[in-house]
Amino acid sequence: MGLTLTEKILAKAAGTDRVEPGEIINARVDAVIGHDISTAAFRELVKMKVTKVFDRNKVFFTVDHFAPSPSLDAAAQLKDLYAFIDQYEIKNWFELGRGGICHAIFPEQGLITPSTVVLGADSHTCTYGALGTFATGMGVTDIASAMALGEVWLKVPASMKIEFDGVVGDMITGKDLILHVIGNIGVDGALYQAMEFCGSAIRGLPIDDRFTICNMAIEAGAKNGIIAVDHVTTDYLLNRAKESYQSLASDDTAQYDRNFRWDASAITPLVAQPDSPANVAPAADLQKIRVNQVVIGSCTNGRITDMRAAARILKGQKVARGVRLLIFPATQEIYLQAMREGLIETFVEAGAVISPPICGPCLGAHMGLLAAGEVAISTTNRNFVGRMGHRDSRVYLSSPFTAAASAVAGYIVSPREVC
Amino acid sequence: MQGKAWRFENDVNTDAIIPGRFLADWNKNPGKLKDHCFIDLLPDFSRSVEKGDYIVAGTNFGCGSSREAAPIAIKMSGVNVIIAGSFARIFYRNCINVGVLALESAEASAKVRQGDILNVDIMTGVINNVTTGQAYSFKPVPPFLKEILDLGGLAPYVQNKLNIS
Repeated sequence: MGLTLTEKILAKAAGTDRVEPGEIINARVDAVIGHDISTAAFRELVKMKVTKVFDRNKVFFTVDHFAPSPSLDAAAQLKDLYAFIDQYEIKNWFELGRGGICHAIFPEQGLITPSTVVLGADSHTCTYGALGTFATGMGVTDIASAMALGEVWLKVPASMKIEFDGVVGDMITGKDLILHVIGNIGVDGALYQAMEFCGSAIRGLPIDDRFTICNMAIEAGAKNGIIAVDHVTTDYLLNRAKESYQSLASDDTAQYDRNFRWDASAITPLVAQPDSPANVAPAADLQKIRVNQVVIGSCTNGRITDMRAAARILKGQKVARGVRLLIFPATQEIYLQAMREGLIETFVEAGAVISPPICGPCLGAHMGLLAAGEVAISTTNRNFVGRMGHRDSRVYLSSPFTAAASAVAGYIVSPREVC
Repeated sequence: MQGKAWRFENDVNTDAIIPGRFLADWNKNPGKLKDHCFIDLLPDFSRSVEKGDYIVAGTNFGCGSSREAAPIAIKMSGVNVIIAGSFARIFYRNCINVGVLALESAEASAKVRQGDILNVDIMTGVINNVTTGQAYSFKPVPPFLKEILDLGGLAPYVQNKLNIS
């Protein structure tokens, strides 16, 4: 019996030939990532009396959640983080104005490579699976432990195979595919499992869309999402990867707990309605739901492909009266690229607010919270009660095409209806 | 340990346990988290919960973010044991690491009602429902995790490995 891609990476990290689902292994960790809220991980290291990290080149930190500091608590946290970065001599440190959102900046800088094990103090660490990496999120005590030891205990997940055949239609993105999956299997549909995405439609997607798909694996309860390396991955890593890497793939005889197969050409623009990423419906089926705010960005959809999608809709258009459109390019480099391509000009002319590369209102921290009764459509990843502000506000999740089209219309609309 | 059961449904997420707006510098003063635990979902919880009470939930309890503030907020409220049909995986790890007992019991998850008085016997592996007279079993803690718990948590485990005393 063969092994899945996830099993092969974990076997390699455990220094063995094969691992079985359910087995608990001690795995070598190739990189550990964190952000300003993970400052607490350094405090745990201090409490443990650990004076250095396992490898100061393999711990990556950025500032994205509460930044620039919206409160005195956030300012104090950031001050402590700067001090810890110096104390533990962290080399790959991306401070405000020189970095961006963790799950965009670390791959962009070539720090994430295929077939490695990456842990992050953030649930969306599973994003890196788009590069054929085993990546998963944990809490700060687990992260502190991994920073100290360079290893971690893991229960080997069973794998689920999700195959998309065909070719996606115009204005259909990775976001629509992953919403389709979560809508079908539910928010616990992949609990404790590895979600492996494959098929001709996945192979036809740009790397940015693959990041979006793996980013939301956690919204189905998965331990990780993963896509095997192909020419799209190697093109992305060319002149970028900081280390040489190995490309692995699942064996033909690998065992999957469940198999799903869908025709990607049948997928239409989708929206996750309040208050669950699994409450999915076609955008065209919604009855003119008025929106107060539109958010385009985040670790899910703040990359250059997403900026181009938004600009394609917004070119020559105006944001509807009564709507606030907030756009968050995910890194400084994406921001700069969007400027060079004239996308930022398009956004400003349309009446959008452009933010620095941060998480913004996605987790209800700052930069655009919703009042009671307000409605947003957002390209972020969660629409739980109160996620973006007041407990009586509501969030719909969608692709950048659908969000931008809704900003112009003033209500939720399929981008195919406005173009 | 005798305490009252607080009932929750399926898919209770970490934003419902402790909203993101309370996370700035949370671990400098974790005691503050108590006031905001379940504030949007169940605004009376923090005022009414008593030390030794239990949370009993459906499946996928603690889904969403990796915030360790979630089990800590529950612990600061005085609840040391969460019983659920199943747990989201990051939340489950965080519970072990911060010393909250997360017990999987489909039976208790299905049968316990709001306000039932429970008594959990860790040694014998039984959840007693004092109100109804029922008894439920729970999944034993895996031996490897028990080893970490016996050492007193993940921090002593790390110190042990690095020979830090």
